[in-house]
Amino acid sequence: MLDALGEAGLHAIQTSGTTTRNTTADHFAGAAADELTDPRPYAELIRQWSTDHPEFQFLGRKFKIAVTGSPNDRAVTKAHDVGLRMVEQNGEIGFEVIVGGGLGRTPMVGKIIRDFLPQADLLPYLESVLSVYNVLGRRDNKYKARIKITVQENGIDKIRELVEARFEERRREFDGTDQALLAEIKTHFTPPALRSGATDAYQAAYNADPVFRAWADTNLAAHRDADHAIVTISIKSHGATPGDASAEQIRVMADLAEEFGYDELRISHQQNVIIPHVHKSDLPAIHARLKEHALATANIGLISDIIACPGMDYCALATARSIPVAQQIASRFDELKLEHDIGHLQIKISGCINACGHHHVAHIGILGLDRAGVENYQITLGGDATETAEIGKRTGPGFAYDEIVPAVERLVEAYLAIRSSDEETFLETYRRLGMEPFKSALYPEAQKKVA
Amino acid sequence: MARPFTPKVITANDLLEGDVIYFMSDDSWTRDLSQAELIVDEAEAQLRLLDAERQNIRIVGAYLADATAGEQGPEPVHFREDFRRKGPSNYSHGKQEAEAHV
Repeated sequence: MLDALGEAGLHAIQTSGTTTRNTTADHFAGAAADELTDPRPYAELIRQWSTDHPEFQFLGRKFKIAVTGSPNDRAVTKAHDVGLRMVEQNGEIGFEVIVGGGLGRTPMVGKIIRDFLPQADLLPYLESVLSVYNVLGRRDNKYKARIKITVQENGIDKIRELVEARFEERRREFDGTDQALLAEIKTHFTPPALRSGATDAYQAAYNADPVFRAWADTNLAAHRDADHAIVTISIKSHGATPGDASAEQIRVMADLAEEFGYDELRISHQQNVIIPHVHKSDLPAIHARLKEHALATANIGLISDIIACPGMDYCALATARSIPVAQQIASRFDELKLEHDIGHLQIKISGCINACGHHHVAHIGILGLDRAGVENYQITLGGDATETAEIGKRTGPGFAYDEIVPAVERLVEAYLAIRSSDEETFLETYRRLGMEPFKSALYPEAQKKVA
Repeated sequence: MARPFTPKVITANDLLEGDVIYFMSDDSWTRDLSQAELIVDEAEAQLRLLDAERQNIRIVGAYLADATAGEQGPEPVHFREDFRRKGPSNYSHGKQEAEAHV
């Protein structure tokens, strides 16, 4: 298997172990309208630097870095050991460095260790962070070994002080080779030569076909080139397993990317497929082909665009099922025909506390547990995975397997009843009114008892 | 005081197919829990687990799972084993599909 992957240019180096793991970036990288610079060359630079880095092969625990190239964070940088968010200061582009985020059993939002790091200082600074962690990080307890605990136990100010002191030493050891390498790497990420041409076909289809319009409204994102769009193909067809595509569907998407997408296709952490560069005049043709293969679901960012981990149906670590819960929620809201009315709402489901489903940073998070031999689902509200990251708060006692979908429905009904306008999203309503109204919708009996 | 021993079956996954399998009294494997050997003695359970693990060229991840004696043979105790017995709830593949084609 590794051999076959190798032939396709893929490898599994440092995908495990107490090392710097694969660096992730924004799935709209190199295409998004709001992007300052393409983050991928930096991610690749970090990958090359960290691969077999002799000093950091035996860290206390795994170490994950994410880079986003725009102020709008799509790479969940605040839930990584180190998050790098591209920002602009006085006309210069650099990084806001965030450290100590993470989900799992001890979820934490990363803290800003440096407001602005000039891009040339990236590697010496990362080396300083890792070096401080390598010394201070705990090795006595696996659950306390991640840098988030190091930051919490020592305080961000102390960590910052130590990192800055180390940075002074490290910076001198860098002679500019890394910058030459970065320049070389950048040549491998030259954007495709975008074609020009009229986009009338797109506008005509948008005006004439309501199904296409609904898809275009949810599944397209703004491209830096006005004649192009970023297409997100939803792998969340209502009632199907989130993120699962058949071999035939995968071939169709590859063909589309080849034909219309400058040969590029990406997989997002939200379990969808992205074709980052598409000329708008090709969109009606793409949509028609997607429709033929049950890939044209118009639900990106909506309630049925659920992240779910494999759960107990597949995973040995899981304590409850998650895929069937996701399927039932998606089917239920499809029946109710409320999805587009509800608007932007992220549900994420994990089948155990390791939080592979990112439930902590969901607007509505669902965590499946084993309570005395019975599946039990806890709900958290108000999580946020973007640059305004927050960990969701638990509503209270959990729900049984057959109670969880009605519970989510009650939450959404409550939201629809109390939102100030159609434009106010679930998260905004939660932030305005807090937990109380949602709690009383979830636990009507408890309310009665008090009264 | 140590907890009293509860009956167990030995379960694992088929190394190549991935299917959930159960150890039988003749040292072979079945995909049907009701055919599994129900072990009621703790020391015997440990020895049988060693017997099972010795077949690591064919199986992977053998462990002892709680089970009770039912009319048709061993029945699962925990819901995890109930799911493993049936196969994933989102797809009918593996042995579910095989059964559907009978």
